[in-house]
Amino acid sequence: MCTLEKRGRLFLLKLTGDGEHRLNPTLLDNIRSAITQIRSDPSSSQSVLITTSDGKFFSNGYDLALAASDPPLRAVMAAKLQSLVADLISLPMPTIAAVTGHASAAGFLLAMSHDYILMRRDRGFLYMSELDIELVLPAWFMSMIRMKVVSPAAKRDVALTAEKITADRGLEMGIVDSSHGSAGETVEAAVKLGEEIVRRGADGHVYGRMRETLLREVLHAIGSNESASNGVRNSGSKFWSSSWRTSTWSAFLLLPRCVGRSARF
Amino acid sequence: MCTLEKRGNIFLLTLTGDNEHRFHPDAIATILSLLGQAKSQANRGSVLITTGHGKFFSNGFDLAWAQSSGSLAGAAERLHQMVESFKPVVAALLDLPMPTIAALNGHAAAAGLMLALSHDYVYMRRDRGVLYMSEVDIGLSMPDYFAAMIRSKIGTSAARREVLLSGKKIRGEEAVALGIVDSAAHDSAEGVVEATVGLAEKLAAKKWKGDVYASIRKSLYPELCEILGLKATIFATPKL
Repeated sequence: MCTLEKRGRLFLLKLTGDGEHRLNPTLLDNIRSAITQIRSDPSSSQSVLITTSDGKFFSNGYDLALAASDPPLRAVMAAKLQSLVADLISLPMPTIAAVTGHASAAGFLLAMSHDYILMRRDRGFLYMSELDIELVLPAWFMSMIRMKVVSPAAKRDVALTAEKITADRGLEMGIVDSSHGSAGETVEAAVKLGEEIVRRGADGHVYGRMRETLLREVLHAIGSNESASNGVRNSGSKFWSSSWRTSTWSAFLLLPRCVGRSARF
Repeated sequence: MCTLEKRGNIFLLTLTGDNEHRFHPDAIATILSLLGQAKSQANRGSVLITTGHGKFFSNGFDLAWAQSSGSLAGAAERLHQMVESFKPVVAALLDLPMPTIAALNGHAAAAGLMLALSHDYVYMRRDRGVLYMSEVDIGLSMPDYFAAMIRSKIGTSAARREVLLSGKKIRGEEAVALGIVDSAAHDSAEGVVEATVGLAEKLAAKKWKGDVYASIRKSLYPELCEILGLKATIFATPKL
C-alpha cells in the first residue's frame, strides 16, 4: 500500500500500486506508521520527506464505497486523516508532494498538507470534488484551503467552481510550486529540491515549529473536531488541544441507502 | 426600483431606472424580498445574475434621505438604519442556494460595491464604470461587515489599501489586476450581461445541489458569516 525508502537524506514515501490510493483506514495507518518511522530516524532533523505515488492517481480521496458499506468507518477515516495531517504539520522536516496523478478531495487535501507541491503537467488534476458529489467540505479542510490557496478568486475556484486544476493552472493559482513534463521528471525535481533544501542545513525541529505556527488555524480546526478513534498526534506541540469538543462540523455523514460509485474521470 | 425575472435556469435581479440605485430602506426591503423569492424557487442548476440599468450599478446608501431628517442625530440614526437593514441582504446573498454573479453595468460605490462583492463572481465593464469605496473621502467609518467583506474577497494588502484607504476610483482593468473582479473584458453593459449569462449557463449545467453549494460558500468566509450571524449546515449526503 505504501513504501518508505531512504535516499541519502531524503525520505521517499510512495503510495504503491495502480489503484486510486483511496484513503481507507488501512492505508492511513500504513502512512502514519511510515511517518512514525521517519520521526524516529536519528537523521530526521536534517532530512526532507517526499510523498508520491504509482499510477494514474496521487489519491482519489476517502474510500467512500467502504464507508457506504460500513458507515462507522467514515468517522474513523476522517479521524485518521486528521491525525496524519496534524502529524505532517508538526513533522520536523520540510515536506514535498510530488503529485504524479489525480489528487481529489481528501487526496488534494493530503497534497496541500505538504510544504511544496510539484506536479506533472502532462496529465492529472487537483480537484475538490465535494460540490460535485454533494458533500459539504469539513471545516478543517476549509481551513487548509484558506491557508494554502490565498487569492479569494482561487479559493472560490477550488471550492465553489470545483475546478479540475491542471499543474499549470495550479501554478497560476499559487497552489502548485512547479510543473514538470512527466511523472518521472516530477519525482526527479522533487529529489533535486529536497537535496537543495538539505544543503541549506536548517534545523528540522525549528522548521517544524515554524510550520505549526504558520498553520496554527488548521491545527485548531483539527483539534476542535471530535475524534472517533484514538487520533492523538505523536509530537507534543503546545498547539495541540488536549480536549475534544463536539464538532460543529462533521466530515461527512451518509444515509444508509447510498449507492457506491467512485469519482468519475 | 428592482425586479426579479426568471429566464430558464437564471434568476435575473435588476436594479431598474436610470438613477443611482441608492439603497433607501424601501429599496433594501425590496431587494431582500426578491432574494427570498429566488431562494424559494431555487432548483438544482439555478443561478442568480444581478445587474442594473443606466450609469450606476449602485452608488450606495441613500445619504440624501439620511440628511433630510433635519438633524445630525436624525441623520446618524437613518444611516444606522440603512447599515443594519442592508446586513440581511448581504447575508441572503451568502446564503443563497445557487451560484451568484454580479454583472456591473456601471459604477459600484460603497454599499453598492458591497452588494457586488457579495456575489461569487463579479464582472464589470472595461470602458465605463468604477469601483469606489467613498467612505474615506466623505468621512464615514466602515461598518464591521463591510470591512469583513473586503478582507474576505480582496486578497492582497496592496489591493485592500487601494480600495479602502486611497479613495481611488478603480476602473475595470485595474480591478482585474487587483483581483477584485473576475473580468472586465467588455465595452458595453450588454456585453457584460451576455458574458455573465455564458458563465451562468456553464455553472447551471453542473446541476449542483443548492444547499451544499451555499454551505461550502459560507465555509469559505467564516469571519464574515460570524458577523452576519450565518451558520453553515452540517450534513450532506454524498452522491457516490
